[in-house]
Amino acid sequence: MSVGVPALALEKITCRFAARDGGEAYTAVADASLTVAKGEFVSVVGPTGCGKSTLLNIAAGLLAPSQGTVSVFGDRLIAENGVNRRAGYMFQADALMPWRTGLDNVIAGLEFRGVPRSEAVMQGEAWLRRVGLSGFGDRYPHQMSGGMRKRLALAQTLILSPDILLMDEPFSALDVQTRQLMENELLALWAEDKKSVLFITHDLEEAIALSDRVVVLSAGPATRPIGDFKVDLPRPRDVSEIRMTPGFLALHREIWAAMKEEVLKAYAAQKAA
Amino acid sequence: MTRLRALQILVVCLLVVFWYVMTAPGLIPPFYFDKANRAAFFFGEPQKVFWVIVDWFATGEIFGHLAITLLETALGFLIGAAVGLVIGLWLALSPTASAVMDPYIKGFNSMPRVVLAPIFAVWFGLGIWSKVALGVTLVFFVVFFNVYQGVREVSPNLIANARMLGASRRQLLRSIYLPSAMSWVFASLHNAVGLAFVGAVVGEYLGSSRGVGYLILQAEGTFDINTVFAGILVLTAFALALDAAVGAVERRLMTWQPRASETEKV
Repeated sequence: MSVGVPALALEKITCRFAARDGGEAYTAVADASLTVAKGEFVSVVGPTGCGKSTLLNIAAGLLAPSQGTVSVFGDRLIAENGVNRRAGYMFQADALMPWRTGLDNVIAGLEFRGVPRSEAVMQGEAWLRRVGLSGFGDRYPHQMSGGMRKRLALAQTLILSPDILLMDEPFSALDVQTRQLMENELLALWAEDKKSVLFITHDLEEAIALSDRVVVLSAGPATRPIGDFKVDLPRPRDVSEIRMTPGFLALHREIWAAMKEEVLKAYAAQKAA
Repeated sequence: MTRLRALQILVVCLLVVFWYVMTAPGLIPPFYFDKANRAAFFFGEPQKVFWVIVDWFATGEIFGHLAITLLETALGFLIGAAVGLVIGLWLALSPTASAVMDPYIKGFNSMPRVVLAPIFAVWFGLGIWSKVALGVTLVFFVVFFNVYQGVREVSPNLIANARMLGASRRQLLRSIYLPSAMSWVFASLHNAVGLAFVGAVVGEYLGSSRGVGYLILQAEGTFDINTVFAGILVLTAFALALDAAVGAVERRLMTWQPRASETEKV
């Protein structure tokens, strides 16, 4: 899979945050390396609060690592000079502009790039259709359900056709049924043009069902990858059906064995705090 | 709803009747003042107040004064809001400037700004601009603090998302900070317009040659208490009308904001 230059390469990333009360600095991520090949779907799983989002923000160029380098298609990414222009980012929380209608939210990125409005609207309508929201373009985000807002956010990110897709637990706020629908839609959209995806989740089943590769992170602080598992389940997949296959269950057992200890560690640390 | 309206009207009627009974000379024996017509001298009489208002509108005398007062209100509001918006955005986005200006802003805000009215009268004369200036100082702070707060409270997610979508600093200002600040400004619009009105009337009252405040001032000079009350009632009615107009504008511009009764889930 990893032929040529990786789409995204994080090398020996360490990220420390100064403590608010002037105490010892908190090391969120320590010496973490991670690559995503071109067209690869990589999921990162780890116990809650282990610095998964920190890793993603570093990959997006929103956050500068204390040490280590980030390369995007071979070029060094320096957060001070701006964000990762080849990546689209889907946030965990709602990040739609509440004062813009659905359509205006979807075409925001095109607008920022100076695309003429008539053309942007045409593309925006097309994307609304693709995510099943045609006819809802004139609604404001607060008039939509959680699932619709997620689909809107997906269209908003994908309309710019980024080479790399960064996703931070995008579906964690949805109910199980809506979530599986969204996961299938994501896979279908991904299959069309095989972008490189870095998908963060705490849900191992979701990670296995979607990805080519699953990376397991250790419990925080000083998170680093402790396991890297190839998922060789056949594609195209249906996320609700693939969960029943023996291959899936075997993988789940194997990865869970590696994860379990870290999850318990994180839980114990949270209980002690 | 109609029952509520009826009760509201009943309250007004009772008040007017109470006013009339207490002030009509000779209707009831005087129990506080030593002469029968003293109560009417201090508190006016509702039917006379009513006729003063009718006379104002019938002869058209009031319109010129009202127009001046409303013009002062509008100018005070617009200039104050614009300056508050610009300075609020600037200080919210520039931490250094904000830290330097902080004590001055606080000091200027705690000052009872109505005391500036005599100075403004000296600086800008007795025309409309001294009243506009007073209105501006009152409106500025309401808008300024709301814009400042609005920009500070923009969700970091929203900013990160816009940056990832490729927004430049300028575009961030236009599509994230400004709309977010505007929603806070609109929340304070009723307050701001009310204060602009206060600035205009207080300014007129302290020295002017036109305006509703001037009418009140003149009437007070001749102990014409009925005309003073008539002026107060007209001002109150227009303040209510202004508030309703602001409400209508707000509803037009803030359609994107969820309202409890209106939120529809699909």
